[in-house]
Amino acid sequence: MRTHGTDAPAHGPLSLRAEMKERTGKNTARCYQCGKCSAGCPMAGETRLRPHDVMRLVNQDARARLLADESIWLCLTCETCTERCPNGCDPARTMDALREMALEASPGSPPRALLAFHRAFLDQVRWTGRSFELGLVADYKLRTGALLQDVATAPGLVARGKLGFVPHPIDGVKEVRRIFEACEEATRAASGKKEGA
Amino acid sequence: MARIGVFVCHCGENIGRTVDCARVAGEIGKLPGVVHSVDYKYMCSDPGQALIKQAIAEKGLTGVVVSACSPHMHERTFRRAAGGAGLNPFLCEMANIREHCSWIHEDREAATDKAIDLARVIVEKVKRNVPLETIRIPVEKRALVIGGGIAGIQAALDLADGGAEVVLVEKEPSIGGHMSQLSETFPTLDCSQCILTPRMVEVYQHPRIRLMAYCEVDAVEGYIGNFKVTIRQKARSVDETKCNGCGACQKACVVKNVPSEFDERLGKRTAIYVPFPQAVPNIPVIDREHCAYFKGRARGMKKDACGKCKEACARGAIDFAQEDRFVTEKVGAIVVATGYELYSIGKDQPAAGLKGYGEYGYGTVPDVIDGLQFERLASASGPTAGKLLRPSDGKVPKKIVFLQCVGSRDPAKGIDYCSKVCCMYVAKHTMLYRHKVHDGEATVFYMDVRAAGKGYDEFTRRAVEEDGAVYVRGRVSRVYRDGDVVKVLGFDTLNGTPVEIDADMVVLATAMRPRKGIEKLAQTLSVSYDRHGFINEAHPKLRPVETNTAGVFVAGACQAPRDIPDSVAMASAAAAKVLGLFSNEMLEREPTVARVDAALCAGCFHCERVCPYGAVEHKEVRDRKGNLLKVVADVNPGVCQGCGTCQATCPSKSVELMGFTDEQIYAEVNALAL
Amino acid sequence: MRVGYYPGCSLHGTARELDESLRAVAPPLGLELVEVNDWSCCGATSAHATSHLLSVALPARNLALAEEQGHDQLLAPCAACYNRLASARHAVACDAALAETIEDVLGRPFPSTVAPRNLVEVLRARLDLLRERAVRPLTGLKVACYYGCLLVRPSEVCSFDDPEDPVSMEEVVTATGATPVAWRRRLDCCGGAFSVARTGSVVRLSRAILDDARSAGADAIAVACPMCHSNLDFRQKALVRRGEAELPVLYLSELVGLALGLDAETLGLGRHFVDTKALVERALASKPGPAAKPGPRPSAPAAAAKPASPAAAGTEAV
Repeated sequence: MRTHGTDAPAHGPLSLRAEMKERTGKNTARCYQCGKCSAGCPMAGETRLRPHDVMRLVNQDARARLLADESIWLCLTCETCTERCPNGCDPARTMDALREMALEASPGSPPRALLAFHRAFLDQVRWTGRSFELGLVADYKLRTGALLQDVATAPGLVARGKLGFVPHPIDGVKEVRRIFEACEEATRAASGKKEGA
Repeated sequence: MARIGVFVCHCGENIGRTVDCARVAGEIGKLPGVVHSVDYKYMCSDPGQALIKQAIAEKGLTGVVVSACSPHMHERTFRRAAGGAGLNPFLCEMANIREHCSWIHEDREAATDKAIDLARVIVEKVKRNVPLETIRIPVEKRALVIGGGIAGIQAALDLADGGAEVVLVEKEPSIGGHMSQLSETFPTLDCSQCILTPRMVEVYQHPRIRLMAYCEVDAVEGYIGNFKVTIRQKARSVDETKCNGCGACQKACVVKNVPSEFDERLGKRTAIYVPFPQAVPNIPVIDREHCAYFKGRARGMKKDACGKCKEACARGAIDFAQEDRFVTEKVGAIVVATGYELYSIGKDQPAAGLKGYGEYGYGTVPDVIDGLQFERLASASGPTAGKLLRPSDGKVPKKIVFLQCVGSRDPAKGIDYCSKVCCMYVAKHTMLYRHKVHDGEATVFYMDVRAAGKGYDEFTRRAVEEDGAVYVRGRVSRVYRDGDVVKVLGFDTLNGTPVEIDADMVVLATAMRPRKGIEKLAQTLSVSYDRHGFINEAHPKLRPVETNTAGVFVAGACQAPRDIPDSVAMASAAAAKVLGLFSNEMLEREPTVARVDAALCAGCFHCERVCPYGAVEHKEVRDRKGNLLKVVADVNPGVCQGCGTCQATCPSKSVELMGFTDEQIYAEVNALAL
Repeated sequence: MRVGYYPGCSLHGTARELDESLRAVAPPLGLELVEVNDWSCCGATSAHATSHLLSVALPARNLALAEEQGHDQLLAPCAACYNRLASARHAVACDAALAETIEDVLGRPFPSTVAPRNLVEVLRARLDLLRERAVRPLTGLKVACYYGCLLVRPSEVCSFDDPEDPVSMEEVVTATGATPVAWRRRLDCCGGAFSVARTGSVVRLSRAILDDARSAGADAIAVACPMCHSNLDFRQKALVRRGEAELPVLYLSELVGLALGLDAETLGLGRHFVDTKALVERALASKPGPAAKPGPRPSAPAAAAKPASPAAAGTEAV
C-alpha cells in the first residue's frame, strides 16, 4: 500500500512529516496553528496535547514524544477538527496514523484500558466475524482487572434482551481471519521496508 | 542581394561560459549573405552598439542579427542602434542564445552547435525582413473612471486637475463608496465623512468632471486612445434637471421600512431616497422594487396605488415614466475602480467554491454582525446615531468579541488570501467601542496581527496597551446564540486553554471580495482577472496600475484588498499613467500587425470569428465606377495585437502578420531542418 | 423498493430495538430490507483507532458481499457502521494503490459500486409516505434531534446533509407530527466508543448534551446511532443529577413507528433503560385519524388501518 516517494532520504527514517504524507496523503505543513481544531475538540479539556499541538509536533519531527503520549489515544474520532480545519490539514486522520504508528513501534504503548478494549473487540471480530457485547465486556474486564465496573448494569442488559450469551460465528469467519492476517502482513511489510530504507 | 551582419554577445560569462562565441561568429560568417560576423563581450554596452552602427555604415548592411539575450531584454536597444545608423529598425532581429541556450545547457560543444543553429535561423529570417513603419494613432484626451469610491474620486480629481476631461461613472445613486459608510479611519481616527465629503463636492463642482451617478458601463469598443463606451443611465424616476434636493418627496413617501443599504440593513429608508444626507449628487432615486406606485403597476392595478412623492414635489421633478437611457462617450483611457464587497457567512454564496460558516450560524444570529455593520453602529450618522446598541434588543453590549480572518486565509471556505485591512480596522473597532462603552470588554481572536504600514503597528499596540483590548491568538470553532448571549468557543493557542465567552455581540472581520459583476465588466474591458475576480495588474511589481489591455488602468480594492491610503496612492498612480499617455498627440505602436491582401481575400470572415480583439473589420471593394465588387476583411492596426490567429485560420492565405510572414517562418524552419 | 440491509453487530445486541423498529416501519414505508448474507463486523472504532488498512478492509468485505448479492445501495442503520462503510468507500475512491491492496487483502474483486445509506437519509426519502400513513401523529411532542458525529462528519464522506446545519432528522420528525426543538449540541460528540474504557469522559460529554436538550424543552431525544443511544439511554442514570427527570431517548425509527400506529412492543420500546411508557401513552392518547397532511399521491383508504404492502409503496429512490 505504501511506497517510498522518490524524495525519501537515502539513509535513516523518514521525517515524521514525510511519513505522515505517505500514510495520509495530507501535508501537515499546511497547518498554520490557528487552533480552530482545539477550539472545537470535545477532549481538549482532558488531553495534554491538543490537536493543534499534535500538528505542530508532527511538523517538528517530535516522533518519540508524540507516540508515547496518551493524548493520541484519547481522540474520539469525532472528526470535528477535520470538518472545521480552514486549511485542509485533517488532524483526525493524522491522529489515526499516529496511533497506528505507535502500535507498530511499540504494541504496548496505548493506555491499558483503551488498548484492552480495542484488543478485546478486534479479537472477537477475528474469531467470530462479529462482535458481541457480553463476551466483549467479560474479555475487557479480564484484561483490565476492572471486574466490578458496570457489573451492576449487566443484569439490566440481560433483562432487556440486549446481551446475547452465545457468540454466533459467521460462515465466512475464515475469510475474516485471513483479512486480519493479510492486513497485519501488509503493515509489517511496509514498516520493514521503512526500517530498511 | 542580402548583406547581413551578425553580432555574437558573450554577455560577460553568461553566454561565454557555455558557448564558444568566437566559433559561433566564425561559422555564421561562412553563411551566404552574411558579410560581417563578430563576437564581443557586451553587445548592449555603448562600445558594443557602436560596433553595430559602424558595421552598418561601413559594410552597407541590409540586415542585422544580434545573437544575445531574449528580445524582451534588449530588442528595443538594438533596433534603436540600427535605426540610429540609418537602417530600418525592423530589419534588426535577435537570436536568443542565452535563455534558450547557455543558461539551460552544460555541454559547451553541444551548446555552441545549438547557438549556431539559433543564429542561422534568424539570419534566414532577416534576409526576408522588409522595412516596416511604426503605427501612429491619435489620442482622445478624455478618461473614463469606473467607480465613485475613494479610488475613483481620487483618480477623477487628479486627472481633471491635470487637465484631462473625465467621465466618472458610479452605479449607486451617490458617489462615496464604502468610505462614506465608515465611522472613523485608521491609523489617525479622523472622521471618515469629514475628510471624504469635501472631495465628493469637489468632484461635483469640477468643470472637467462629468459625474454620472446611478449609471453603469454597458459596452466598450475600441482601443487605447480611442475607446467608445456605452453607458446605461438607469432610470432614477426623478428629473435631475428639475430636482433641487429639498427632500419633500422622501418625507411624503409612504414606504418607510426598506432596509437601508447604506446602513448595512441595520436602518430603514423610504422607497424614494438618497442613500445618505451628504449624497452627491443630492438627487433621490425611486427604488421601483419597493415603491408602492410601481408595485401597484406590477400587480396590474389600473389606478395609481400611490403618488405621494409626486404630489409633494413642488418642482414637478418626479417622473414615473422615465426609462433607462444609453449614452456613448469617446475616451482615450479607462480607470477601473469598482472596489470591494464583504464576504458573507450565509449558506447562499455568490460564486462556486465559496462556502459559508455553518459553525458561526450561517448569518442567522442577529447579534453577529460584520465590520461594515459595526461602522454604521459606531457612526454618528448611523441608525443608532452613534450609540453602540446591539441589533437584537437595542441593549448596550458589555462584551464584544471580534473575530479576525473570517473567510480570509480560509481555503476551506474558498478564500486563501489575506484581506490585509482587517487587523487594522478590528483594532480601530476595539478603540471605538472602548471610547463609547468605558466598562465594555473587547476581545479579539486573531491568527496573526499584520499591521505593516506607517503608524500601523503602533496603532494596534495602542488598542492593547491603552484601550485595553484583549487579544487571544486562535481561531474560533463555534459561535451560537444561547438565550441572551452569543456563545463563542475558541482556544488560546498561546497558553493552551480552551476559551468560552458569553458575548453580547460578535463582530466578524469578513473577507474583502471584488464587487459582484466584476467578471462581466472585466470581460467587457478585455482585462484579465484572477480566480477570485480581482483584476490582474500587468506586472505585480513593475506595472501595478496597468492591466494587460493597453489604455485600461486599475486602482483600489478591485485589484486586491486595499485600505484607503493604498487605494488613493493607486488612484493617483493610475491618473499619472493616464496623464502620461495623454501627453502624446499620437501613440506609437509596433507594426507587427496582420494585413489582408484584398485581392486574395474571399470574404469568408473566418478571421473575424477567431480574432480575440475584434480587430477585423469589413471593407467594400469597388470598381472605378463605384460598383460593389466584394466585401473583404480588413484589419484595424490600432486594435490588432499581432497574435497571428487570423493568419493561421485563413483558408486563402490572404492574411499575413507583418514581421512574421509565412515566408519568414518557413525560412526559419528550413534553416533548422536542412 | 428493495434495499440491501446491513444491521451490524449492535443491532443484534444492545441496539435490538433499532433493528426491530426498522423492520417494523419498513413495509408501511415501502421498503423491503434484504439482509446481506454472512455480513461481518465493520471494525468500528477499534479498527479505525488502530489500523487504517483493517478499518478499510473490514467494511469493504461487506460492500463487496452486497455487490455480489445484487445490491446497489446498502442501508446501515447504525451510524458508526454507516460511517465506516462510507469512509472505506471514500478511501478506496481516493487512492488507487489502496484499492489494489484491498482487493489483495479481501481476495475478492471490489469495484465499489454499492452506495452506503444511513437511517436518516432513507427515512427522509420516504417523507410523503410517512405523512400519508402517519395515523397517529405525535402532535405536541417536542423532540431534540441528535446527530452526533458519525452521521455528518467528515462531510466529504457523509455528504447527504449540511455538516454544520443539518435538517434531515428534523424533517423526518416533523413528518411524524412531532415538533423538533432548536438546540445547540445536536452535533457534539457523546463520547462514542469510550463508553466502557473511559466512562468519565462519556459522562461529561453526554451530560452536556442531555442538559441542553432538556433546557430546550425537549420531551425526548431522537438518535440514529447505537453508540449515542447507549451513552444517552443506558448511561442516563449516571448523567442525571438528583431530582432531575429522565429524558427518553428514541431511535428515529421508533418515533416513525409510533406515528405509523405500530405498538410499543413491536418497536422494542420496552428495551430502553429510560422508561418510555409515559411517552408512549401520550402518543396513544393522540387522536388517531388520517395523516396530518396527505401526500401528493392518492392515499389508499386501507393504508390508515393497516400497513400497506410494499408493492403499493411507490418507487422513489431510497
